[in-house]
Amino acid sequence: MDFKLKIWRQKNRNDKGQFVDYEVKAVSPDASFLEMLDILNDTLVKKGEEPIAFDHDCREGICGSCGMVIDGRSHGPGRGIATCELRMRVFRDSDTIVAEPWRTKAFPILKDLIVDRTALDRIMAAGGYISSKTGGVPEANSIPVPKHDAEESMDAAACIGCGACVAACPNSSAMLFVAAKVSQFALLPQGKIERKERVLRMVEQMDKEGFGNCSNNYACEAECPKKISVTHIARLNREFIRAELT
Amino acid sequence: MNKFTALYRSSVGKKIIMSLSGLFLCTFLIVHASVNLFLFKGAEAYNTASHFMSSNIIIRLVEVVLFVGLLAHMISGVVVWIQNRMTRPVGYQMYRLKDNTKLSSRTPMLTTSASLVAFFLVSHLLTFWIPTRFGADPKLPYDMVADAFSQSSMAVFYIVAVAFLGFHLKHGFQSGFQTLGLSTNRYKWLIDSVAVIFWLIIPLVFASMPAYFLWFQ
Ligand code: SF4
Ligand code: FES
Repeated sequence: MDFKLKIWRQKNRNDKGQFVDYEVKAVSPDASFLEMLDILNDTLVKKGEEPIAFDHDCREGICGSCGMVIDGRSHGPGRGIATCELRMRVFRDSDTIVAEPWRTKAFPILKDLIVDRTALDRIMAAGGYISSKTGGVPEANSIPVPKHDAEESMDAAACIGCGACVAACPNSSAMLFVAAKVSQFALLPQGKIERKERVLRMVEQMDKEGFGNCSNNYACEAECPKKISVTHIARLNREFIRAELT
Repeated sequence: MNKFTALYRSSVGKKIIMSLSGLFLCTFLIVHASVNLFLFKGAEAYNTASHFMSSNIIIRLVEVVLFVGLLAHMISGVVVWIQNRMTRPVGYQMYRLKDNTKLSSRTPMLTTSASLVAFFLVSHLLTFWIPTRFGADPKLPYDMVADAFSQSSMAVFYIVAVAFLGFHLKHGFQSGFQTLGLSTNRYKWLIDSVAVIFWLIIPLVFASMPAYFLWFQ
């Protein structure tokens, strides 16, 4: 398959950046979007041009680093996938594809398609943990957990911190991410102990980082590669109200 | 007070204020729409109902709360909107939000419906509320309504405005419950069903009055 590409190129944080047109030829329909970029980069390197910088690591949808907006959608067309899981066969031959970085003030662009997502790490550092003494691993079944809670918590814990929710949100809100992290702890006995401080601190940090206010339009859920449900946002709101009132 | 300002400063806190005030305003719509229905029982019934509403002390107290609620809703709405606009200084070349959201939930629809409803409210208060309340107009309430809606421009304006109110509530009602954390898998169907009363039935009731005077009188 052949494609025309419009890709955002930006040298560094301070550069203004612009779209540059490229062409790739003879790409396998089974190649992932990242593999297509690899092929393109090979040709650029051969020509002595600077390859396109993009973030990636696991290439199997579990590390959350490969975020970019492709044809106006976080991680491209399709539901429940990251860019590394996006196959070129979903496009049509000789399509023009637009690829640009996550755009929000809270994620400054570092280079080309790579953004700085450490704002999410700072939200985690503000409360996304449990405090406990280190030591031997405790016996797993010494604290019983209702099956349903364990499942819900596990669903929330599937969040890979990719930032697609923020990128897709018209308000650049990080509520789905924070909600997933708050839920994952709030549902388990170990996490309940610090639940109040956790939700207040994480929301405070989220606001400090310059993410927007959630307006419940649910674009985040539609674009999340792990299909995190917005019912977790309802839980975050509940946790917040509980923490404020009691 | 300190706690309140802290709440207001936080994104979630502002949304809680928006949802509480919004849902409170929804309950007012039920009362308003029910009183309006007396129009169909005839002039006398409507005039009596209208007199009761403007003289009852409890209603007048609730009226004050209503204005406070409306103000809180509008102010937090504007603040949220401005803050959100600032979060993405450089926009996307291509942004397919339409694939992921409903029309009623998208910001342009919410701000358009909010502005139109706000404009409508001012005009509505000037036409009906101030004259009945402060007795500036010697006409009886029923005649006032009949007069106003005999002008087709006025009647159409009212119908359009309540249609937009319906749109606003299509998003707003469920959004309020989500923000209060009540929208769980278990209750979502209930919220969505009750929402129909607010985004469809109540606007239809409101629209029926201008339509009645315009076309059937
Ligand atoms: S909630 Fe979904 S979209 Fe948001 S960071 Fe987590 S995995 Fe990515
Ligand atoms: S490279 Fe790890 S999720 Fe895509």
